[in-house]
Amino acid sequence: MSIDEINTAVMRKNSKDVRPSIIIDEVHKAFRLRKARSMKDALLSTVKGEPLSTTFEALKGIDLTVGEGESVAVLGLNGSGKSTLLKLMSGVLEPDRGRVLTRGRVAGLIEVGAGFHPDLTGRENVYLNAAILGMSKKETDERFDSIVEFSEIGDFLESEVKHYSSGMFMRLAFSVAIHTEMDILLVDEILSVGDAPFRAKCRAKIRELVDHGKTMVVVSHDMSTVRELCDRGVVIEKGVKKYDGDVETAIAMLSAAKKPATGKK
Amino acid sequence: MIDSSIDLSDFQTPGRGGGLADVIRRRYLLGLLVRKGTSTRYRNAALGWMWSYSRPLSQYVIYYFVMGVLLGNNRGIDDFAVYLLSGIIAINFFNESFGAATKSITDNKALVKKIYLPRELFPVAAVLNALVHFLPQMGVLIIAGLLSGWRPSMMTIGTGLLGIGILTLLSTGLGLIFGAINVAYRDAQNLVDVIRLFVTWTAPVMYSWKHVGDALPHWAEQLYLLNPLTTAVGLLHRGFWYMGPADSVNLIPHLWRGSIIAIVITAVVIVIGQLVFRRRERTFAQDL
Repeated sequence: MSIDEINTAVMRKNSKDVRPSIIIDEVHKAFRLRKARSMKDALLSTVKGEPLSTTFEALKGIDLTVGEGESVAVLGLNGSGKSTLLKLMSGVLEPDRGRVLTRGRVAGLIEVGAGFHPDLTGRENVYLNAAILGMSKKETDERFDSIVEFSEIGDFLESEVKHYSSGMFMRLAFSVAIHTEMDILLVDEILSVGDAPFRAKCRAKIRELVDHGKTMVVVSHDMSTVRELCDRGVVIEKGVKKYDGDVETAIAMLSAAKKPATGKK
Repeated sequence: MIDSSIDLSDFQTPGRGGGLADVIRRRYLLGLLVRKGTSTRYRNAALGWMWSYSRPLSQYVIYYFVMGVLLGNNRGIDDFAVYLLSGIIAINFFNESFGAATKSITDNKALVKKIYLPRELFPVAAVLNALVHFLPQMGVLIIAGLLSGWRPSMMTIGTGLLGIGILTLLSTGLGLIFGAINVAYRDAQNLVDVIRLFVTWTAPVMYSWKHVGDALPHWAEQLYLLNPLTTAVGLLHRGFWYMGPADSVNLIPHLWRGSIIAIVITAVVIVIGQLVFRRRERTFAQDL
């Protein structure tokens, strides 16, 4: 990316009329906690007139627009709905009501390594996972060396992944995910991967992507990461948006919310 | 509400793909998934791929002696060995493909729950895996046929391919339906086991179709001939076993009419499969 391109990215970021990259419009999401696990159960419950499931409302009408090149932290206590929101953006879940719209390629640093197969070698897994994350063979070939170098797995590349230590496994999985071609990056608690130097390297890499104008949404409990990566913070409480603005204010709100919450329950 | 001044034309809705069309678009990934399936299938078994053949081979030997020799089904069917083999590999392919496609979504739940990708990829990859597994058995059939005097031609190869095509697409369609239902209700895979048992015995694999005509009323015989699996097995018989008019009594009649019916049924099953799958996939990630 040239200096000019970076400048335009920064300018667009600062101007009022940035084009949105993600639009969350009045989104509701409830989970049915199903009681029936078999057709027999389902049939019996229907005959008896019992409800087949109970519902839990994870998101109750969330509105959020993320502009191109923005990096936004979604903050909230456990169970507030922030991971659900991220899954809606990635397409794993679909909203019950409302709309989720995204522009460009979405990549997620969410549970990296989900597509790894223990019986395949590191190399085979890199290609398989890159393809799962939407990359073509050509794109993977181009990035292959950077992926291996970033992961620091060295000679283990041709070994089956089941012989890897958990640290090596996560480093390789993370490395594949961070090298995918993307416009929007979704990050969920990923920065707990590996040892301290590797975590620092990951943060630096993500920072680099933000500087290059990628749109980013981060869910993390680690406030120093959030401060480092995001300018804007959104606080969600029990599926409702409570605050949207400066990241420092959002962090302060969250730490204030944590105290009475422990007292109440 | 969304500000109406925003141009939404280049936005996508995450999680809404193009169904089976997306599978074709992501064929590179499909290829890798099929390769993963074949290369890890017997990764930790010392005898590896030999296991793929021990089961069909034992099954074949048992059926040959019990059904053919002891119960006398081989009388009246020339080259009963080839007749039986062509039917058995076809039905085994269908059963494996259908069973694997049904379990494909639950088997890949780690991925389905965490990353969005066109989920139709999993049943389709399962079917293609079964097809890869089927090809060497096809080779054995061709060798057995050549040994007993059968000779290949455009007609025989074309007929055989049509039969295999029907089996492949029909198991894909059924796999989409039952694979999607299996996510919420694991009963589906048990039901599929029962269906597979019926399939083995209702298709004219171990006996000649004419016994059906002799034993059942006319309407039941017609119903029997409507079954696309009966037609598919008939097409394989025509392709790899049939050697002339003397064999006609044991060959499914009206094969061309039957093929058209089978193609129509298969197309309908695929459309229903896609619709059911699309409807149910919205809740895959939360039901798994």
